[in-house]
Amino acid sequence: MEKSRKLLAAPYLIWMIAFTVIPLLMIVYYGLIDRNGSFTWENVMAMVRPEHLGALFLSLQLSVVCTIVCLLLSYPLAMILRGKGVNQSSFIVFIFILPMWMNFLLRTYAWLNLLDDGGIIHTICERFGLPTVSLIGTNAAIILGMVYNFLPFMVLPLYNALMKIDENIINAAKDLGANNIQVFFRIILPLSFPGIVSGITMVFVPSLTTFVVSDLLGARKIMLIGNIIEQEFSTADNWYLGSGLSLVLMIFILISMAMLNHYDKNGEGTSF
Amino acid sequence: MKRCIAVGTILLGITVVLAGCNGGSGSPFAAEEQNQTEEQAQQVNYPNGVVKVFNWGEYIDESLIQQFEDEYGIQVIYDTFTTNEEMYPKIAANPSLYDVICPSDYMIEKMIENNLVQEIDWDQIPNIKNMDETCMRRVEDFDPGNKYTVPYTWGTVGILYNTKMVTTPIDSWSVLWDETYENNIIMQDSVRDAFMVALKLLGYSCNSTNENELHEAMELLKEQKPLVKAYAIDEVRDKMINNAAALGVIYSGEYLYCHEENEDLAYAVPKEGSNLWFDGWVITSEAKSVENAHKWLDFLCTADAAYANFEYITYATPNDAAKEMIDPEYLNDPGVFATEERMDKCEIYKYLGSEMEDTYYELWKQVKAPEVSIFGWKPFGEKE
Repeated sequence: MEKSRKLLAAPYLIWMIAFTVIPLLMIVYYGLIDRNGSFTWENVMAMVRPEHLGALFLSLQLSVVCTIVCLLLSYPLAMILRGKGVNQSSFIVFIFILPMWMNFLLRTYAWLNLLDDGGIIHTICERFGLPTVSLIGTNAAIILGMVYNFLPFMVLPLYNALMKIDENIINAAKDLGANNIQVFFRIILPLSFPGIVSGITMVFVPSLTTFVVSDLLGARKIMLIGNIIEQEFSTADNWYLGSGLSLVLMIFILISMAMLNHYDKNGEGTSF
Repeated sequence: MKRCIAVGTILLGITVVLAGCNGGSGSPFAAEEQNQTEEQAQQVNYPNGVVKVFNWGEYIDESLIQQFEDEYGIQVIYDTFTTNEEMYPKIAANPSLYDVICPSDYMIEKMIENNLVQEIDWDQIPNIKNMDETCMRRVEDFDPGNKYTVPYTWGTVGILYNTKMVTTPIDSWSVLWDETYENNIIMQDSVRDAFMVALKLLGYSCNSTNENELHEAMELLKEQKPLVKAYAIDEVRDKMINNAAALGVIYSGEYLYCHEENEDLAYAVPKEGSNLWFDGWVITSEAKSVENAHKWLDFLCTADAAYANFEYITYATPNDAAKEMIDPEYLNDPGVFATEERMDKCEIYKYLGSEMEDTYYELWKQVKAPEVSIFGWKPFGEKE
C-alpha cells in the first residue's frame, strides 16, 4: 500500500525535477560563473549598479501599488460576495475567472489597442470632442495592466477565506453587543488574514517579475527588473548576468513565500 | 441517488460533446491519420529531401516557397526570427538546426569569425551573375573575398517623417533632439541603430570602440529619452502609418510600404551619414543538406524570384536582372534605392567583438533603465 502510494507521486516528482529543480540549479550555476567559466560573485553583485537598482526599485514600487489597488478593489467585492447566496456569488466569481481563460498576452494586447494613440478609446474621445490622454508609456498604464491581469489572484483567496468564516461566530459577537464596525475589525478581518496574505503574495510576486506588461504598455520606455533580465537572456546574450540578477530577485520571492507560510499555515487562502 | 444523477448527467454531457466532435471536423485521431498519409505523400512529392530555412519575419514572398517546392521537389521547412541577436544564440548552440539563414552584415561577420557558416560553392549558384557588381564589392566589407554571402536586400537607416506633422526640414539627426517634437518621436530599440544615430550626430564612426565617444553618445541618448514617445523595432512602421508620431527611425526598406499606406510619409537619410546595411543568405557550418541549400540560394537569385520579393517586401534588391523589371519610379526614388553618393556617406556595421558588444549593451541599458528613486526620492540623483 505504502509503496504504491509513493509510485503514484512519481510523475509529479519527475515533472518537478525536470522542470523546476534542474532549471533552478542551472540558474544558480550560470549566475555564479562568468563568460570564461570561472567562479564569480560579480553577476549577483551587479544588482547594486545604478541601472539595475533603479529598475528594481521601480518594479518594487509599481508592484506595491498594484498589490494595494488589488486589495482595495477585492476586499469589498469579496465581502459583497459573502453576503450573496451561493448561486449568485459563484456566478460572479465565474465572471471574474472568465477572462483568465484567455491568453495573458492577448489580454494585454487588448489594453494596448484600447489605450494607444489612435486606439479605440482615443478615437472615440476624439470623435466626441473629449480631451484625450495618452497613457501608453507611463507607469499608470503598467499598473492598470498589472491590476487587470492579477486581480483574480487576489479575489479568489479573499473570497475563499471570507466564505469559511462561520456565521455563528459573527452572530455570537453580535449577541455579546459588538456593533458592525467591531465585528469587522475584531472578527472578520483577523479571520480573513490568511486570505489577505495569500492574495498579496499571489499578486506581488507576478507583478514584481512581469516583463510582458511593461514591454507592451510601457512602450519599451520603462524598464522593470523583469525586462532587464529578459533582455540579458534574449538580446544581450548574457545568460550569466541574467541568471545572477534572477538569483537576487528570487530573494524577494522567497521572502514573500516565507511570509505566506508564516501567516497561512494551513494553506487556507491558497486553495482555489 | 442525487450523486448518481449528477454523475450520469456529466457522463451524458461528455458523450454528447465527444459525439459532436466526431460528427464535426473529425477526432484528433483522424487528424493524425491524415498527417500520416500526408507524410507518405510528401515522400512522393519531395523526392529531393528538405531544406531548412531561417529568415526574418515577413521577409519573403511566401508563394515563392511553394514554387520552389514544386520546381525542385524539395520540401522547405521555414522558420522566422525578429532580430539578429535572437537568431544568433540558437545557431551558436546548434549550427545544424538550419541549412540557410538570412542575417545582417555584422552578424554574418560574427558568424564567420565563430566558424558558424561555410564557404559557398559558387559553381552551384550560376544565377549569381545577376548580382550588382558594386554591391558584391561593398559586401566584401564584412565578407572579404565574397566567400560566404549571397546578398538578398540592402538599404539605409533614416528618418521616416510625416510631412503634415513636421514644420522644419528633415535633413539631420538633430531633429530627433528637437523639443518641438516632444512625444512625437519613435526611436529604434536596437542597440547598434540607436548608438549609430547618436555617434553620427556627434561626428564619430558608428563602429566606434572609443570609450569616451561611446559615453558621449550614451549621454546624448539619455537626453533624448524624455522626448521619445516609444522605442520600437517592427512597430515603427505601424505607428507611423497610424499618424501616432511625426518622426521615426526606420530601415529604408520599410519606407515604400509605409508610403503606400500613408501618402504623407517621406524618408530622409540625414546629412551626417548613416548606416548602410546588407542582409544576405549564408549556409550554416553544419548544414545537413548543403546541396539543397545551394539550390535554394540559386532560386532566390533568379530575376523572377528577386522581383517577386521586391514587389512583396519592398526592400531594395541587389539583383540587376530584377531591377530591369522594376518600375523606374521606384528605381529612381532615393528612399528605396539609395544613390551611390548617399551610400558613400554611410557606413556598414562591423562586428566589434563580444567584449565591445557587452559595453554597447551596458551603455544602452544605462540609457533605458529608470533612475534610482524611492517614491520620488533620488539617493543617487544630482542635487538641485
